[in-house]
Amino acid sequence: MNQEDLKEIAEKQKEANAPFEHNIHVCVAASCLSSHSDQVMTALDQEVKKRGLEQCCKVKGVGCMGLCAAGPLVSSGNNEKMFQNVTAMDAAAIVDNVVDEKPAPAAIVLDSKLPFFRGQKKIVLENCGEIDPEKIEDYIAVGGYEALFHALTSMTPAQVIEQISKSGLRGRGGAGFPTGLKWSTVAKAPGTKGKYVICNADEGDPGAFMDRSVLESDPHRILEGMAIAAYAVGANKGYIYCRAEYPLAVKRLKDAIKQAEKLGVLGNEVCDTRFSFRVEVRLGAGAFVCGEETALIASIEGNRGTPRPRPPFPAQSGLWGTPTLINNVETFANIAPIVRNGGDWFAGIGTEKSKGTKVFALAGRVTNTGLIEVPMGVSLREIVYKLGGGIPDGRKFKAVQTGGPSGGCIPEQYLDMAVDYESLASVGSIMGSGGMIVMDDSSCMVDVAKYFMDFCMSESCGKCVPCRVGTAHMYDLLAKITNGTASQEDLAMLERIAEVVKFTSLCGLGQTSPNPVFSTLRYFRDEYLNHIERKSCGAGVCSQPKAAGVGA
Amino acid sequence: MSPASVEIKTLKIDGRDVGAREDQTILEVALENGIYIPTLCHLEGLTEIGACRICLVEVKGTPKLLPACVTRVQEGMEVMVNSERLQNYRKVIVELLFSERNHICSVCVSNGHCDLQSMAQKLGITHISVPYRHPHMPVDASHERYINDHNRCILCTRCVRVCHEIEGAHTWDVTGRGSQAKVITDLNTAWGESDTCTSCGKCVQVCPTGALSEKGKSVSEMSKRRQFLPYLTLMREGRP
Amino acid sequence: MSKVKVATVWLDGCSGCHMSLLDIDERLIALAEKIDLLYGPLVDAKVFPEWVDVTLVEGAVSSEEDLAKIRKIRAHTKILISLGDCAVTGNVPSMRDVFTVDEVLNRTYVENSDLKQLAPESVVPKLLNKVRPVHEFVNVDIFVPGCPPSADNIFYVLSELLEGRMPDLAMTARFGA
Repeated sequence: MNQEDLKEIAEKQKEANAPFEHNIHVCVAASCLSSHSDQVMTALDQEVKKRGLEQCCKVKGVGCMGLCAAGPLVSSGNNEKMFQNVTAMDAAAIVDNVVDEKPAPAAIVLDSKLPFFRGQKKIVLENCGEIDPEKIEDYIAVGGYEALFHALTSMTPAQVIEQISKSGLRGRGGAGFPTGLKWSTVAKAPGTKGKYVICNADEGDPGAFMDRSVLESDPHRILEGMAIAAYAVGANKGYIYCRAEYPLAVKRLKDAIKQAEKLGVLGNEVCDTRFSFRVEVRLGAGAFVCGEETALIASIEGNRGTPRPRPPFPAQSGLWGTPTLINNVETFANIAPIVRNGGDWFAGIGTEKSKGTKVFALAGRVTNTGLIEVPMGVSLREIVYKLGGGIPDGRKFKAVQTGGPSGGCIPEQYLDMAVDYESLASVGSIMGSGGMIVMDDSSCMVDVAKYFMDFCMSESCGKCVPCRVGTAHMYDLLAKITNGTASQEDLAMLERIAEVVKFTSLCGLGQTSPNPVFSTLRYFRDEYLNHIERKSCGAGVCSQPKAAGVGA
Repeated sequence: MSPASVEIKTLKIDGRDVGAREDQTILEVALENGIYIPTLCHLEGLTEIGACRICLVEVKGTPKLLPACVTRVQEGMEVMVNSERLQNYRKVIVELLFSERNHICSVCVSNGHCDLQSMAQKLGITHISVPYRHPHMPVDASHERYINDHNRCILCTRCVRVCHEIEGAHTWDVTGRGSQAKVITDLNTAWGESDTCTSCGKCVQVCPTGALSEKGKSVSEMSKRRQFLPYLTLMREGRP
Repeated sequence: MSKVKVATVWLDGCSGCHMSLLDIDERLIALAEKIDLLYGPLVDAKVFPEWVDVTLVEGAVSSEEDLAKIRKIRAHTKILISLGDCAVTGNVPSMRDVFTVDEVLNRTYVENSDLKQLAPESVVPKLLNKVRPVHEFVNVDIFVPGCPPSADNIFYVLSELLEGRMPDLAMTARFGA
């Protein structure tokens, strides 16, 4: 396999796709599949065959188109036409519309000109909804693996790292550490016993499904990014640590690895060079803390998935004690485009300190829930009101929660703030991996804090004292506040424990677990006081707060 | 046997100039110089895990608090081991431990010989301000010589480490998450039915509290003998 | 100079702390010159006085009666002292917290009883769900841990108060001692 072979595959696949006058794309990612898009696809296939249109109309399963709330989604002709909430019964109407230009029933027509679609800039998700995730040829036809071959044949590892550094890409897993710097640290670390590249696909924030969509919709993109990274840092073994709750992603990854090895874009002597790179998928057993890199490493090693103090950082001593590069799914998904188009191109997108785009999982009380990819620096207002279509049922916006359980709630006064790493941090939240939950006035912020604390308490690994015991106490205190039995002293204790947990916990999970409490206290303290002093919940969520009980 | 060449670093701990080998931790250097840093999960002879967070210290120029047991010395480091903030945090952490399970000192076999109890005293804790959680924890008395009382366990995992690292049996491990976490023998079978336990008793001796004790000991009678540990490590690894 | 008004009470405890108080021995005579003991198990008064300077509380709060008592005492006391581990931590009485009240009553009055196997419904005060240290219900000014606290520690606390100083037991007293 060399670059010529790759081009040939690409040409062949393009030709194979070309003769079709009409293309019908059906989303076969988990969200649409769960509402039976597989049946839709079968019905469309049958309909096309029934009408003898096999030669001019092709039905193809593709990855996520983003507007998951309206799924199953079907699109046609470069997404000119889109259909929502499709069932198998709609197959005939869709073929009628696509092939014969007959009007489709209003209920399934989705306006492809919606700001939700037009307001996005897709780099990470550019192939999602376009290519068949189960066919490597389809990926190659859109330029897949070109970047890897380009890197292997005409760039030194140092040059690859230089482009990544130049791009300004920062880790998309949460902390936003400069990716180029991470790569160069691993590259420089002496690796006499080998080095490893790990893709962190243990996405666990409640309401976040960015990584799942990428893995299901474009698995080869991740493999290509990992291979480029391996070449750059001098590794020849990689692991994808994917949570077992994503069976479809795991299956597609495993299939993709097989296909890639068969074609020779992974495995021994990639692209007829001396570079070899093998990838294995490891399943996470559903522990949130295994998204923390040292816990993740412990888990791959077969140990209990608990974090350890850093330093040493994985870049110096990671998996099996060797230098290890760990990046998140979305980070790896950005690599091929950066190598293909150059670091400067990427650095031209986004803000001064936050480059490129960010994928967000838009969820909660917003009209259009789903996946969006926007350039860094767009405002929250644009995301919530333009792409998200605003708050449904005529209710009032209250806050948007970013960054998952480690993040914070951002109130209305910051809606015009640009979304980037620094701005989010400045208002007490974080970028995190990209979960974005919109809340309206039917949400009680103390209840929201309690929800996230429940999550952190249940997901604490139990290794360090402040996180293990502190989160349990914070949860109890929040429960006391929501059920109307708390006093001012309880609030003071909550703040005191939160401070200790923040500053003394061992890993990021513990250190950030009080964030939802801090941010809700910062912007919605009156709601806490309302529960404590007047025993009432403004949003009506904490129904019938009890009067102070005796010795409960 | 020391490595062929070791660099010597100089640093300040609580304003005092001290010298250290580059491979030493802040805790080791502090102890050598008679500077007290409280610890709970640390025990000389076992690997450090940095889990109890009692030994956190402040290092000038570093925003985060660092565990002295795993943080290596650096040239010119300025370490504060006993600031008011640290004292306050340590108190809260120990209070959290007392609140977590059922530490009834007055009826405990280790009363008077307990690391947790004496830590509270050293830190000047006269009461626990956070509410007691009082979970229902089991007691495993199935072993013919020893008892495991989860009510008194602080999850320092000294037993896990000594069994794995020194005895080589790896009978102990941890199961469950968060406050559900507990130490177990084998695959969560009764201690007395363990296939791997050699009944050496090292776990009992390193346990900081009355969680692991010898049978037949009454209140205050269980004092632990830990002197063997550094020697065992020395014999095994030929380490200085 | 008027004497300092002192009360002692006994909630859910074993009287050991009061014994320790008496173990101050001959130093009691010196104390008695400066102290008026107005209320407690050691004296005959039936009603808690309108106002006392110091109350020593032994025992945890485990019944509705305890709770009513401690709230009343707090309202009529300047300096409240939690005396001993039961008052300070819940101690032995709190060992029942891992069970429900029904389980506890059943064990005591039914399973372990030969005659009249019946849990009391009157006379015996209603138990709270959980046994709690005093400071979880009312403000406590001084904590004297120990089971029981040593006579020396109790004497030290009282002497310091008589001298107008707040005693500091941080390094001398411990739980379970």
